[in-house]
Amino acid sequence: MTIARIIVPRFILLFFVVFGVAIITFTISHLIPGDPARMIAGDRASAETLENVRRDLGLDRPVTDQFVIYVRDLVHGDLGTSLRTRRPVATDIATFLPATLELGFISLVLAVLIGVPLGVFSAIYKDGPIDQIARTISVCGISMPVFWFGMVVILLFYAKLQILPGSGRLAMEFASPQRVTGFFLIDTLLEGRFDAFLSAVRHLILPTFVLAFANLGVITRQIRASMLDVLQEDYIRTARASGLKRRAIIFNHALRNALIPSITLLGLAMGDLLYGAVLTETIFAWPGMGTYVVTSIQTLDFPAIMGFTVVASIGYVLINLLIDLAYMLADPQIREVG
Amino acid sequence: MTDIGMKPHALSIENLSLEFPTYDGAVKALDGVTIQVGNAEIVGLVGESGCGKSVTTMAATRLLPEGRYKITQGTIRLFGRDPTVMSDEDLQQVRGKLVSTIFQEPMNALNPTIRIGKQLVGVIRRHEAISRAAAETVAANILSDMLIPEPSRIMQAYPFELSGGMRQRVLIAMAFSCNPGLIIADEPTTALDVTVQAAILRLIQGRARRTGTSVVFISHNIAVVSQICDRLYIMYAGRIVESGPTRAVLDSPQHPYTRALLRCLPERVQPKAQLESIPGTVPNLLDPPAGCFYRPRCLEADERCHAKPQSTTLTGGQVVACWQRSKSQTHVSNEA
Repeated sequence: MTIARIIVPRFILLFFVVFGVAIITFTISHLIPGDPARMIAGDRASAETLENVRRDLGLDRPVTDQFVIYVRDLVHGDLGTSLRTRRPVATDIATFLPATLELGFISLVLAVLIGVPLGVFSAIYKDGPIDQIARTISVCGISMPVFWFGMVVILLFYAKLQILPGSGRLAMEFASPQRVTGFFLIDTLLEGRFDAFLSAVRHLILPTFVLAFANLGVITRQIRASMLDVLQEDYIRTARASGLKRRAIIFNHALRNALIPSITLLGLAMGDLLYGAVLTETIFAWPGMGTYVVTSIQTLDFPAIMGFTVVASIGYVLINLLIDLAYMLADPQIREVG
Repeated sequence: MTDIGMKPHALSIENLSLEFPTYDGAVKALDGVTIQVGNAEIVGLVGESGCGKSVTTMAATRLLPEGRYKITQGTIRLFGRDPTVMSDEDLQQVRGKLVSTIFQEPMNALNPTIRIGKQLVGVIRRHEAISRAAAETVAANILSDMLIPEPSRIMQAYPFELSGGMRQRVLIAMAFSCNPGLIIADEPTTALDVTVQAAILRLIQGRARRTGTSVVFISHNIAVVSQICDRLYIMYAGRIVESGPTRAVLDSPQHPYTRALLRCLPERVQPKAQLESIPGTVPNLLDPPAGCFYRPRCLEADERCHAKPQSTTLTGGQVVACWQRSKSQTHVSNEA
């Protein structure tokens, strides 16, 4: 009942968001100088060839018609054809998205698994050595730019120490696994190629660590701050006065309440991963959406850029939906009252 | 617990002085506080905000922030044991089981994300080795003892679904749930509607009398505590200024401060008459005045009051720390 009350409006919203994004990207693509027909046909194409390409692409029709066609195709899941790869943008995205999701998801898990305990212990031992270390780590995470930190770890672990690979998803000697999920960690295991799996793991270490580091800092600080708040609450005093064990008070009573304000932050962090992935993927030559969209921008590949934008905005709406559902799980006041 | 024939007091605080170090110097929160709470006795601790009522009891249960305060003299005994030297483990066993506390603010004193029943069961199973189902039965029984309708439904509820009065009943149930020997009720009715206050008072008193539980009842309202307490302690600026059986203190208050408190009660004033208040403010405990702390506000003060007054025991069990009362007394007990 309440779940439907949360999900349904989000999907209605999703429709408007995608429509709005379509208008904006479509407008921008027509405002930016450059002739797509010229780019496809090449510099030395004749006027006649150019005209043919224009007609094929529908570029000779009025702008309003073009928009209607674009939206109609969008509804059918057709994001157009990339000018650069000459493949449907939807296919391209399906190829590159899993790499980004794999990178982003593992980074997020890493950031949460390290950041939450770090924040908790930082709060419990406020002003102690653990707190000082945790705060130093989080300030470093927040203030070191991804592109710089990425270069440093590549220099150190790949170039100097030569213990970890610095680019790509798999070592050269391994063929990419048959695509099932698009996640190399899963697909290699499905094929039973354990050596390829290990190679995929080794390739993930540096980029996920770099991507996780910034979020880890933010998460640690947020958890620390909200834990400090919650530990001041009257109900924690009640728990102490009732003789509950310290561990039970911290993890059952305090952390649960401290997580609620952190949920928003986790949602923002998920959004950040998309944008952080653009930098991280470029540095680590990671064949994901980030690399794809950067190349598309450099080559003025408008269908690809527009496709990415639409998919990313759908992603943002879905993340927000996830956040709302997470709030419901964590906060009974939202769950029961709605 | 050591058993040497006589049962020790539920709570015995002797000449306790406690201070909070701050950047501006030490705040002397308690100065020579002596309180005895016998078994099955209900004792009231009365005074203005900031006079050290809560600090006294929180020192006894060691709920004050560790490392932020210093006991400069005196002893505390909870059922004969010294809480200041207990290990954390022992302390956790004592809290909730031997002594539990009901706090002032029921709105925030229950965890907002955990169901009432689970919070109660958590406390019960912390101290009693019983199954979850058995603990739920205990919890339901004690909730209905607190006159909560439909205990099983309330146990499924979250705190935000209950009124303030209901939450305070739940907290009282929680405090009584492991049959402690002593309950510290720290202004449990202050945040509630006047109509609910009396009911809550009777609940605490009734259950305590039935089970022989000792209670320290903290309040700034002398009228409230006098309804249920056997004895009263009147506190001012970190010192006990007067104590004695409730009737004696109310009928013949000895300390000027006690008398002023009683004059401030609307219940005792003729309708439409001007309500009294005590002129001046409580002293700054960073730099308290010499002698009697009440001297700057006292209408009866004279030269002697520049020295610290001694406690005088009167016939009938009243003890008063005031120079004006000590002249005609036979027995003068020496402090410190």
